[in-house]
Amino acid sequence: MGEQVKQKKKNKKQKRAVMRTVILAVLVAAIGYTIYNSATAKDVTLLEVGDKAPDFALVDLEGNDHKLSDYEGQGVFLNFWGTWCKPCAKEMPAMDRQYEAFSNDGVQVLAVNIAQSDFEVQSFADQYGLSFPVVIDKTKSVMTAYNIRPLPTTVLVNPEGNIERIITGEMTEQDIAGFMEEIKPE
Amino acid sequence: MENLQCQCGHTNPPGTKLCESCGRSLTEKEQNSKLVDMRYEGTARRSQTYNKSIIDKIWNFFSSVKVGVSIIVILLVAAAIGTILPQQAFVPASTEATIKDYYADTYGSVGRVYHFLGFHDLYSSYWFIALVGMLAISLVIASLDRFVPLYKSLKNQRVLRHPSFMDKQRIYAEGPGAEDTLLKAEEKLKELKYNVRTDKNGLLAEKGRFSRWGPYVNHIGLIIFLFGVMLRMVPGFYIDESLWLREGETRAIPEVPGYYLESKNFELENYTGEDGEEVFGEALDRVGTVAKNYQTDVILYQKAEEALPGASDSQEAVGEYAIRVNQPLKFDGYAIYQMDYRLDELKAMKFAFTNKETEESLGELTIDLIDPEKTYELESGAKVELLGYYPDFSGFEGGEPQTATPLPNNPGFLVKLTTPETPEGETSFITIQNTVEPLGENDYKLTFQSVETRDVSGLTVRKDSTLPILGLGGLIFMIGVAQGMYFNHRRFWIQQKADGTILLAGHTNKNWFGLKKDLDQVVDYASLPAYTDQQDEIDKKEKAEKEGEALS
Repeated sequence: MGEQVKQKKKNKKQKRAVMRTVILAVLVAAIGYTIYNSATAKDVTLLEVGDKAPDFALVDLEGNDHKLSDYEGQGVFLNFWGTWCKPCAKEMPAMDRQYEAFSNDGVQVLAVNIAQSDFEVQSFADQYGLSFPVVIDKTKSVMTAYNIRPLPTTVLVNPEGNIERIITGEMTEQDIAGFMEEIKPE
Repeated sequence: MENLQCQCGHTNPPGTKLCESCGRSLTEKEQNSKLVDMRYEGTARRSQTYNKSIIDKIWNFFSSVKVGVSIIVILLVAAAIGTILPQQAFVPASTEATIKDYYADTYGSVGRVYHFLGFHDLYSSYWFIALVGMLAISLVIASLDRFVPLYKSLKNQRVLRHPSFMDKQRIYAEGPGAEDTLLKAEEKLKELKYNVRTDKNGLLAEKGRFSRWGPYVNHIGLIIFLFGVMLRMVPGFYIDESLWLREGETRAIPEVPGYYLESKNFELENYTGEDGEEVFGEALDRVGTVAKNYQTDVILYQKAEEALPGASDSQEAVGEYAIRVNQPLKFDGYAIYQMDYRLDELKAMKFAFTNKETEESLGELTIDLIDPEKTYELESGAKVELLGYYPDFSGFEGGEPQTATPLPNNPGFLVKLTTPETPEGETSFITIQNTVEPLGENDYKLTFQSVETRDVSGLTVRKDSTLPILGLGGLIFMIGVAQGMYFNHRRFWIQQKADGTILLAGHTNKNWFGLKKDLDQVVDYASLPAYTDQQDEIDKKEKAEKEGEALS
């Protein structure tokens, strides 16, 4: 009899401990998840390193189509820029030089201009003598798909088509060379 | 602590104040007081002995109402502090670093601390969310700890209570009764819609027990509401983005994959005071202009299914719509609201090609500031070649004209003018205010004629999938409030002793007036002994004592 009561009491105690632990765990997990989401909300929420780079199709100044998926097997150095953005202009010549060095190793540079006129982009390309394709995102749809906020932003896409790295702000020539090395196919 | 054994033989959990079975007072405090404390039926609110493991300690911490109220007070104080300096959304800075500098520069060390502690973006700061979460935990645990014992106690309550329980109720009567008193009381109470249970020589009449669940229903509503607020932070549930759209532009809608919006026209209409609006004349005279309508006419496009972003031929028009204030464009769970506008942004400039000396015009040309052309050939054989275009000219840097933004706020053009007479061409740099001739005096110039402008619509893109959840939470909250506020839990215990004496006790969680009104009817009908309100007597006595003290 006494034994039975004791056993019952023990069971009840265990049940209570489990119940309380589960309820607390669920609530704490919910709070943790909320804080995590709030902490990451300000960053790029749609795109993260390791994600598949969203495919797009844009036209360059010569009228050629450039589809990101066509470059699979190559590393793609995706640079978002505008003529009014001074750091963008500063890093262009370095990008152009490094493109010369890496283009034979399977690294492609695509400079995506944000919704400016053909004239402005063309004069800029002529002024800096850019040899890589410059495409214009007329409706800002690629910018939106990549959730680009500040300019310049550079997205490194590896030969598998995944995002290797996202760089916001100006890059030095050394940076650029290092990044191109990162996405160079084996 | 030990279990409490009552004189009636029932074993009560530790912390119990009134025996679960017969109602005898178990603590010394209860035994000595004139009236029993009926909150939670005298049950153990939470089992204080269960305080051994760390889980139990945490549990008991959150179970405390003091802790819950403290959290609410801290939240209120924090929210109040959050209103002292502007929140970051209203600060003229956009990046983390500039926002931080803004607070430090504008408000000094106070601003620095304010920013460091996260008050600048209060609702997103970790500790604020953590506190709200702790409040949620407190709501859940405190409710569970009180609801469960109360529910059990009311479910298992017995008809016959010990006389010491009854004479400590606020409404109490004792006196001789007739043979049919109990039967008649039962009859009348049933007529008054009480649930009546009888046992041997006693009865228990009860009404409106569900009113006791009001606070817990209310808390469930709050928890659902907080859950909805939590979901807002989960990507995809809540979108609040702004989109500036210029007339003639097509733009991808931010956070709405696959949709594009083109602005055909923006219109700001004011009341004129004419054409049936004479009635507003007086008001218009007083305040000047009053806006009647803000409207953006748009075309919504959807990307073809397989099409890629950027591909220009992939958009299919969904339809043409007018977006007005409070009349958003709704599609696919999204809503686009008319929120703001800017009138008359420069769109195109018209010039006359003139000979400076004779002021003779060789023709006119219009430069589209959004999409300028490389050359403009005039019928007279004169030609304008655009060498450089700087939509928002901000000065020279190393001899190079610069543009501050891509918007044509202050357009500057570097042009080469050629005429049949001057085939080698003349270079000039034109801005709105003046013309510079960097390579020497020219014979020809572009004379500014007029501008074309376009309006900009400030739109807000919204999606809120949490609204139904917030609505449900609010509804349940209100149901709980009504349940607890507008209904009362009323009970009567009546016993007849062997010698015919009637014992009567009554209790309600609120509205004693209503309880007495019910009881008056029963007393009349069943000739029960007259009852007293013992609380009134205590109050009277205390008052008399106070007055006596004052007199002496």
